[in-house]
Amino acid sequence: MSVAIVDYGSGNLHSAQKACERMARERGLNVPVLVTADPDSVRRADRIVLPGVGAFADCKAGLAGVPGMIEALTEAVRGRGRPFLGICVGMQLMAGRGLEKDTTAGLGWVPGDIDLIRPADPALKIPHMGWNTLNVTRDHPVLAGIPTGPDGLHAYFVHSYHLTATADDVVLAEADYGARVTAMIARDTMVGTQFHPEKSQTLGLALIGNFLEWRP
Amino acid sequence: MSFKVRIIPCLDVKDGRVVKGVQFVDLIDAGDPVEAARAYDAAGADELTFLDITASSDDRRTMFDVVTRTAEACFMPLTVGGGVRTVEDIRALLVSGADKVSINTAAVNDRAFVGRAADKFGNQCIVVAIDAKRVSAAGEAERWEIFTHGGRKPTGIDAVAYAREVVALGAGEILLTSMDRDGTKSGFDLMLTRAVADAVPVPVIASGGVGTLDHFVDGVARGGATGVLAASVFHFGTFTIGEVKRHMQAAGLPIRMDGIAG
Repeated sequence: MSVAIVDYGSGNLHSAQKACERMARERGLNVPVLVTADPDSVRRADRIVLPGVGAFADCKAGLAGVPGMIEALTEAVRGRGRPFLGICVGMQLMAGRGLEKDTTAGLGWVPGDIDLIRPADPALKIPHMGWNTLNVTRDHPVLAGIPTGPDGLHAYFVHSYHLTATADDVVLAEADYGARVTAMIARDTMVGTQFHPEKSQTLGLALIGNFLEWRP
Repeated sequence: MSFKVRIIPCLDVKDGRVVKGVQFVDLIDAGDPVEAARAYDAAGADELTFLDITASSDDRRTMFDVVTRTAEACFMPLTVGGGVRTVEDIRALLVSGADKVSINTAAVNDRAFVGRAADKFGNQCIVVAIDAKRVSAAGEAERWEIFTHGGRKPTGIDAVAYAREVVALGAGEILLTSMDRDGTKSGFDLMLTRAVADAVPVPVIASGGVGTLDHFVDGVARGGATGVLAASVFHFGTFTIGEVKRHMQAAGLPIRMDGIAG
């Protein structure tokens, strides 16, 4: 078994890799964690992590700029159902379109748009930057054993855009930021977190451990 | 409110060592920034800031190594500042494992640098650090000016107008230090904090002057900051992160208590 973290010039790959390695160790899994820009390595991996920070269009262009990468991801995740974790803009890329700056097509793996967060309270700052709790809509193996809800653990968010206009069964968790902010999505063998599990201490590490053990 | 206020310890690092030794009981090496970061992680800090005060740019590689080793051990947000002058400096810090990079003098000298950095890496990872001093006389309307070189060199630039300008260029957060209050333990400059927080739509972190537990509360409740940063009160063990958080929570502020005994 192996985990591929997709390197397309975006994101804090180092933290994601170290968090996966640490949780593989803690869960007693013998899983090499590979940071790779090679589509064939992504195709061969048993699990795939797609990080991403920055603007949607830049990340999409970066991913499209690696020859064969989008095809390899689509084949592995949509074709062969490899467990997939998208983080922050890596999650946003799963959507149909991004509306940040110009309209940009996403991977289209889940319906919906990536649109600006619009808190009802104008005193709330954008970006949504900091720690928030998760309101979970249903059970999911990657959340097993993690306390959620208003009294649960916190996740670390840094973003101004989020998934909207999607199907109800796609949203796995929301955060309250003067508006309902999409915090996690899940469909088939895919999960996505708008927050950074690799920066979310206890909650994030537990989630990554669960993802490594997830057998959808 | 489910969204929480951030409590941020700041470590001054010179040539790869913590400048003011961190006085935690169980640290093996109080001068090792990675050890100090681990201790703050375990104590429930919401974020960490490293300020590199290394004089020579030749020695800056050391900081990349510190950041790399911290990111391997601590799965929490990390901001790094000090001597950040080029897009390459930012890239190297982000690749090492920093989540945000703070720009100070380079932004004062060349505002467009903020725009280039934000375009390249996204607004969310570009923090502009503002060192401000009150320049209005008693009885005049309040006015603060940007100072560089550790508060020694005036620039003539109005702090509030400058904050608006760098945010318009793409700064995703303002780290605001009162040079009048820094090191005095007399509390944040709340009027300065409020003036900047009201002027910009991005988070403002208050810094400079914390001496009591109530000062932390005031920075948020009266100053309008979304986070509070302190150095010596944490390093010298005056307060633990837990004490500060319990006090702020008791004062009615939304605080993340993960891992902290009630």
